[in-house]
Amino acid sequence: MNRLFVLGIVVAIFIGCADKKKGNKEVMENGDNDKVAQKTTENSDVKFPVYDFDGLEPMLHKQDDRIYIINFWATWCQPCIEEMPYFEKVYKEQKHNNVELVLVNLDMPNMWKTRLEPYVEKNKIQGTVVILDDPKQNDWIPKVSEEWGGGIPATLIYNKDRRTFYEHGFTYEELNEALNKFKK
Amino acid sequence: MKNVKIFGGIALVLLFVSSFAMGFKVGENDNLDNGYQVGDVATDFSLKNVDGKMVSLADFDTAKGFLVIFTCNTCPYARAYEDRIIALDAKYKPQGVPVVAIMPNNPSDKPGDSFAKMKERAAEIGFTFPYLMDEGQKVYPQYGATRTPHVFLLEKTKSGNMVKYIGAIDDNYQDASQVDEKFVENAVDAMLAGNEIDPKTTKAIGCGIK
Repeated sequence: MNRLFVLGIVVAIFIGCADKKKGNKEVMENGDNDKVAQKTTENSDVKFPVYDFDGLEPMLHKQDDRIYIINFWATWCQPCIEEMPYFEKVYKEQKHNNVELVLVNLDMPNMWKTRLEPYVEKNKIQGTVVILDDPKQNDWIPKVSEEWGGGIPATLIYNKDRRTFYEHGFTYEELNEALNKFKK
Repeated sequence: MKNVKIFGGIALVLLFVSSFAMGFKVGENDNLDNGYQVGDVATDFSLKNVDGKMVSLADFDTAKGFLVIFTCNTCPYARAYEDRIIALDAKYKPQGVPVVAIMPNNPSDKPGDSFAKMKERAAEIGFTFPYLMDEGQKVYPQYGATRTPHVFLLEKTKSGNMVKYIGAIDDNYQDASQVDEKFVENAVDAMLAGNEIDPKTTKAIGCGIK
């Protein structure tokens, strides 16, 4: 029973961002239960799931009826931070229209606790944050898109029928425009 | 052939015009597509080094080639590679292929990449090679550099400095000891030995040039 509960909390944290605050609170409230706290830190020193490319790849190829916006970013990438509010705004406005936002973070491991977590917390990020930790970039970059040179910000928008890759930053209007092409 | 050229010219003009029409960001992206491919002859430049002197590739009389590396102060990836860039210079300068580093960012967008900060960084880390400011950001678009760090290996030939390799330094930015493939070293070694370079291009995450 206890295990299930722990699993539940971990899943809640991982599913994460929408319910992140609540997830945190649950952990906090159960902070007196050492096992829970311990388990949580063991499982995820950082609050977000960490993937290598093989782990991430299924998120880039879902076959359901949703539109996926996959944004590659990092906290140290100034233009990524500049465009983040637009992604969040579009997501808030469009999530009821079957639009998903996945924020694939490329911070270095030593920045996960010090920069990524505070950033997501402070800005109440709603998109699903996942960490891609796979140094073999020359192998996986072309698997995201043959067009991608490796600069960030970079964004992939896809549904089950089509996909478009953008190696540049977006404004709110540009992102809406790009998204609208998938709604037809 | 002539038709192709004319058509290409029109296409370029259209691209140019449309890039203005569609805004600066798209314009930047077009530059990337127009950058060098392996086999192209790279332009020389005259850019200011952190020691205040102007540097051109033509200054290196005895060089057999160059490792032109677009890098900067402010990018964590660029920083992760600083020691490896110094090591490349130490290994290949004596073999006639020195490193020439160029900082392509606009310092008014990135104050951490100002000329004064470049001087500081070069002194702090002990750069053994020129660290040049791409004043007015004219050189990086010609090369088609998109990120830092971004390496262009050039070979000095009779027709000019020919691009032989474009891409990453190696296949693991995080940990030099975990590198499986040293792309740049393999490329320079092959070039100096007169062998085919493989791979000729590689990709890596880096900081977009701004």
